[in-house]
Amino acid sequence: MRSARFVLVRLGFMLVTSLLGTFFLLPVLWLVTAPFNAQATLRVEWPSPFTLQNFGEVFRNTFAIRALFLNSILQAGGTMLGTAVIATLAAYALSRLEIKGRNLFVYLLVLFSSVVTGTAAMVPIFLLLYYLRLIDTHLGVILVLTGGLLPTGIFLMRDFVESMPRSYEESALVSGATAWQMFRDVVLPVLRPGMMVVAVWAFVNAWGNFLIPAILIRSPEKMPAPVAIYSFYTEGGTPVLTLVSAYSLLYALPVVILYLFVNWRYGFRFFGGIKGGGK
Amino acid sequence: MPRATGFFFLAPAFFFIGLFLLFPFIWVFIISFTNVALTGPTALNPAFVGLENYVRLFDFSRWMRSGEFGNALRNTLYFVLGSAVLGQAPLGLAIALAFHRRRGPLRELVFSLATMAWILPDVAVAFAWIAFLDYDFGTLNTVLINLGLGKIDWYFQHPLVAITIFNVWRGTAFSMLLFSAALGSIPPSFWETAEVAGASSWQRFKDVILPLILPHILTDLILITLWTFNTFTPYLITGGGPFFRSETVSMYTYRVAFKFLEFGRGAAVAVVMMAINFVLATGYLLSLRRRRAYG
Repeated sequence: MRSARFVLVRLGFMLVTSLLGTFFLLPVLWLVTAPFNAQATLRVEWPSPFTLQNFGEVFRNTFAIRALFLNSILQAGGTMLGTAVIATLAAYALSRLEIKGRNLFVYLLVLFSSVVTGTAAMVPIFLLLYYLRLIDTHLGVILVLTGGLLPTGIFLMRDFVESMPRSYEESALVSGATAWQMFRDVVLPVLRPGMMVVAVWAFVNAWGNFLIPAILIRSPEKMPAPVAIYSFYTEGGTPVLTLVSAYSLLYALPVVILYLFVNWRYGFRFFGGIKGGGK
Repeated sequence: MPRATGFFFLAPAFFFIGLFLLFPFIWVFIISFTNVALTGPTALNPAFVGLENYVRLFDFSRWMRSGEFGNALRNTLYFVLGSAVLGQAPLGLAIALAFHRRRGPLRELVFSLATMAWILPDVAVAFAWIAFLDYDFGTLNTVLINLGLGKIDWYFQHPLVAITIFNVWRGTAFSMLLFSAALGSIPPSFWETAEVAGASSWQRFKDVILPLILPHILTDLILITLWTFNTFTPYLITGGGPFFRSETVSMYTYRVAFKFLEFGRGAAVAVVMMAINFVLATGYLLSLRRRRAYG
């Protein structure tokens, strides 16, 4: 009897979790089938006739290709570099200066950045950039994205810094290294996995963000992929499904690859704030 | 580490946070009392207009009409309650519990798919969901028809429900990962003790596990509530329509500030939005502190 019940429970478990997996999978299936279909509709179906023509067509749209392979990479790459470097410096200093209440400080900072965000923050930020003459520049987008991501970046970086033994630094200082040499040769190599995690996370966030470039970028030659995708519309204002789906797939691919890389290399999980019981 | 070096390391972060978080936060209050605009007669010489922007915002004679602030606020309330509090958090907890201390391909698959839904670019998932929800060809209706439930016109009949389901799909991964890590930090002995005592799984969950992860639940609720409140992605699916029936406060702000280019009014909405966010965050923080004090 017991084993029958066990099998039933086991089957029920597999059924429910498979349904969950299906719930997360179904909505994106279209992004995988439509790009290869010469006559794509909004239906998810086996591509027939199968074609790679859609991608060829996408690559002939130089505006959209420039957006994807130049502008998006510049803006997301700049944000990634800025966030990873600045967050690492700040998390390291916060830890080693032994500032009291720094955990609470970082936690509140994350909360604060979640309050001052989205369209509410875009109103003053747009005007700020307008007066700084940074509207319609890559730099403007990078600065705004970096500013918004930094608190969480520091939060993520904190655990890596805290788990690094201080004896490493002490022995470097004892053997006569300057503070900068010690940071460069001892601290940074140890913190590299943390920097990687923050960098990937910042890149994915900046890469996928629609609102900020949509508001801050005006001229077509500086638009990133999420804004440029709307060039695959007919004059009547309806999307050309074959091209929109093909471009979406190209645009989503780096995120998928980065996820698979991080999952394989480090295991995708949470680092920040759990070990100390949520402090 | 010498203090001077430390502050040198901290300076760039403080610069960014000061300029792009703190300053906008303070400045938006000032803007909300002016009629700053980028076009029209007030573009060059903005003037202080006192509370005018707020008076217009809280004009209760037309508050709940479609396209007005009250309408957007009500939609946001349903949207946040449905997709974050009743959707993402319980679903994320359920998945984390189901796969706790289990390995294997099924776990790997569900976690990966949920995480993908969370991290894929806004615009890509928006187009995928436009296809998914389509009345005639959409996968969702195809599934419903095959289950014998009939078609639903998601965009025209239930736009708010549609973006709520979308947001559950989009954001559950965060709660799932957070709870999964939280459950992982509970020592195995806690689970075993309860098992030896013969507690049923519900009892065990309620009496042993729940109190231990309560701070994490509150942290999760704070963050997903704020994020859902401020999210703009559903706009890419419904555009707030039809007839503003799925317009949230975030989209309303966008429309006032960046479509009509009335920054004074947009700033007033932003101030109200941030005020609501602050009340929510403070409420959660206080209950978190009370829990700590007693627990």
